[in-house]
Amino acid sequence: MSNPDDNLNPNDPNTTGHEWDGIKEFDNPLPRWWLWTFYATIIWGVAYLFLFPSIPLINGATPGFLGYSSRADVAADMQKYVDANAAVDQRIAAVDLDQIVGDEALLNYAMNGGAAVFKTRCAQCHGAGAGGFKGYPNLVDDDWLWGGTIEDIYTTISHGIREASDDDTRYSEMPKFGEILEPAEISELVQYVLALSGQNHDADAAAKGKVLFADNCAACHGEDGTGDRDQGAPNLTDAIWLYGGDAATLKESITNARFGVMPAWAGRLSESQIRQVATYVHQQGGGE
Amino acid sequence: MLDYFKLIVLAIVTLLAAMAANFAHDTAYQIHAIIVVLVSLGLFIYTLRHTNDPPKPANTGYNDGVIRAGVIATCFWGLAGFLVGTYAAFELAYPLLNLDLPWTTFGRVRPLHTSAVIFAFGGNALIATSFYVVQRTCAARLWGGNLAWFVFWGYQLFIVLAATGYLLGVTQSKEYAEPEWYVDIWLTVVWVAYLVVFMGTLIKRKEPHIYVANWFYLSFILTIAMLHIVNNLSMPVSIFGSKSVQLFSGVQDALTQWWYGHNAVGFFLTAGFLGMMYYFVPKQAERPVYSYKLSIIHFWALIFLYIWAGPHHLHYTALPDWAQFLGMTFSIILWMPSWGGMINGLMTVSGAWDKLRTDPVLRMMVVSIGFYGMSTFEGPMMSIRAVNSLSHYTDWTIGHVHSGALGWNGMVTFGALYFLTPRLWGRARLYSLSMVSWHFWLATIGIVLYASSMWVSGIMEGLMWREVDAQGFLVNSFADTVAAKYPYYVVRALGGVFYLTGAIIMCVNLWKTVTSTPEKSRTAAPAAAVAAE
Repeated sequence: MSNPDDNLNPNDPNTTGHEWDGIKEFDNPLPRWWLWTFYATIIWGVAYLFLFPSIPLINGATPGFLGYSSRADVAADMQKYVDANAAVDQRIAAVDLDQIVGDEALLNYAMNGGAAVFKTRCAQCHGAGAGGFKGYPNLVDDDWLWGGTIEDIYTTISHGIREASDDDTRYSEMPKFGEILEPAEISELVQYVLALSGQNHDADAAAKGKVLFADNCAACHGEDGTGDRDQGAPNLTDAIWLYGGDAATLKESITNARFGVMPAWAGRLSESQIRQVATYVHQQGGGE
Repeated sequence: MLDYFKLIVLAIVTLLAAMAANFAHDTAYQIHAIIVVLVSLGLFIYTLRHTNDPPKPANTGYNDGVIRAGVIATCFWGLAGFLVGTYAAFELAYPLLNLDLPWTTFGRVRPLHTSAVIFAFGGNALIATSFYVVQRTCAARLWGGNLAWFVFWGYQLFIVLAATGYLLGVTQSKEYAEPEWYVDIWLTVVWVAYLVVFMGTLIKRKEPHIYVANWFYLSFILTIAMLHIVNNLSMPVSIFGSKSVQLFSGVQDALTQWWYGHNAVGFFLTAGFLGMMYYFVPKQAERPVYSYKLSIIHFWALIFLYIWAGPHHLHYTALPDWAQFLGMTFSIILWMPSWGGMINGLMTVSGAWDKLRTDPVLRMMVVSIGFYGMSTFEGPMMSIRAVNSLSHYTDWTIGHVHSGALGWNGMVTFGALYFLTPRLWGRARLYSLSMVSWHFWLATIGIVLYASSMWVSGIMEGLMWREVDAQGFLVNSFADTVAAKYPYYVVRALGGVFYLTGAIIMCVNLWKTVTSTPEKSRTAAPAAAVAAE
């Protein structure tokens, strides 16, 4: 390296004569293919800028000879499907809800459209497979808080649950029994609910809890604890729990109550879309 | 006299930082103020104890101390950044690893990784190699005495403030520009000092011409200063708090951010590293640079074109169409100027291809140029709006970035580190060439695993997002696409493990080079010593 000429081959091209720390430079020309490709991209680029919007002016940009715009492009893309689906879409919005399931064309459209709505708007809480999570009901079983007919589901989706902005929303509010009953009484109630749902429990405490249940809970959950769909009061005698059926969770639910909410979709989705997703949910296996 | 001035400044800084810590509105700001107090207090005590030391003899040779420190810092931050990146990759495959702690969630670990590899590993590599290259190719000692040390330590302080800030949740939510206003101001000070050292050395050079590597380094330093300042224009909510409000808003802010973001790639990761390539490849290959003309043309074309390409990060957004098309057009014209660097690098090795069999360091550099060429083709291709509508927001982007970062930036840096370490510590050779070979293969396999899994995952993800049925309804939910990516996330994380393992082997090799390799004989001609490698 101290003598850089040692590194040159006999048929090497000339160098520029510069040298830095032993580094020389060949005086090679620009590779032809490189230069012509570079020119080609420049020519293409200039042509492209004439064809498409590209140069900012004072009150907007040059529109380009092709008159392209992103918004018009995506609108046309969407309109294509809107036009193709218009007839069936209008029928879905117009027919009686319970006729959708019986009509093959309507059902097919409602299931695909409903699935798309569900995956975009509902899956965040209810899960991609509609299996629900703690606090978010499972929609594939036949246990319903507010009813499982297609009309019930349609109403729930349209107006939401405890949605303050919707006057027709499904509304009920369980009291916080921590402010009403003594802790010991709540523990007895817990034992009774465990008994109702067929779990291991303390029989003496449950007997006391039964009295408390009749006084405080039966008005909504029913004397036998099977719930009341008009009030969204869950059935306490089965093994399906929204928040959990173990003693600790039951104690938390009774003490502080729950106040699950769901948005009202009327106005945010079209009538047809609400009917589609209602059909989709109804057809998940638990529809009545 | 200078010492007394320094003492006054350090005392004031310590006092102000202590006041800031006292009045701090948030924990992160308070911790940062305390770090500044400790650093300035330590410097104050050090300066005080050495105030009346007899003056040291003036240094005459090259200033290599700061470069040695830079090599160590590059290795350290490289390991840290690769480790954090691998962890983040496993977090995506196994979300349990977020540990449900705010400090270890992906959202905080991710900027820690990107900043650690780009700014800490890449930045230290650029500063160290630029100081090495500018001295050798100007035949001049670094200008400004200890100012180079200020740049080094000031930059480390910036890294520590940025990294701790991320973990504590401080961010201005701009990708690659996450640090808040006071860290930005500090980096500006350090960066201007860096520019002054570099320019000063260029000005007092003893060579008649400025070598091409220095053009690239200088353009990198200048442009980063401009990008950093404009993109970080913001108003602090309080002088005693970490939060600030951006000057620009909405799409203006987005465009400024991607003008910055894309040119961080263009000038930090491309121009800066091309500077590295232009020195270390001809040195390692012991061949002249292929074409001086090509280096001039592709330099100016690259510098002129890159700065316009940012809008391609905002295709199909609120950014007006004209800006999207303009950005895309410049991105495509940028293809050949980028490839000019690849041609000059690869063709420099022509005439020395036989060395690839025996020299794994050169092999590393050549592969890095190959990855450079690949990602600078992939980039313009992805900037085409039709391609971008599929690739945008998917893992394809992540794969693209990593084939550039791991393949190009990482590999060329490793090559430079293998070149520098024996020379800076006066060793006859590297400790082990077979360890370099191991590093080479582990890193290469790691990159292939990473890039190919992300291509498959990204294209699959993009296709799933846009999939509609015959009636135009979306087929997949977002969660469906996340679930489908799981196997590719595992492969990607394994690629990270390979890459990290290679880097660990490199650090051991460099350590052993410094500690247990015979010293270079002072009497032998340098050429003989090089040949022995």
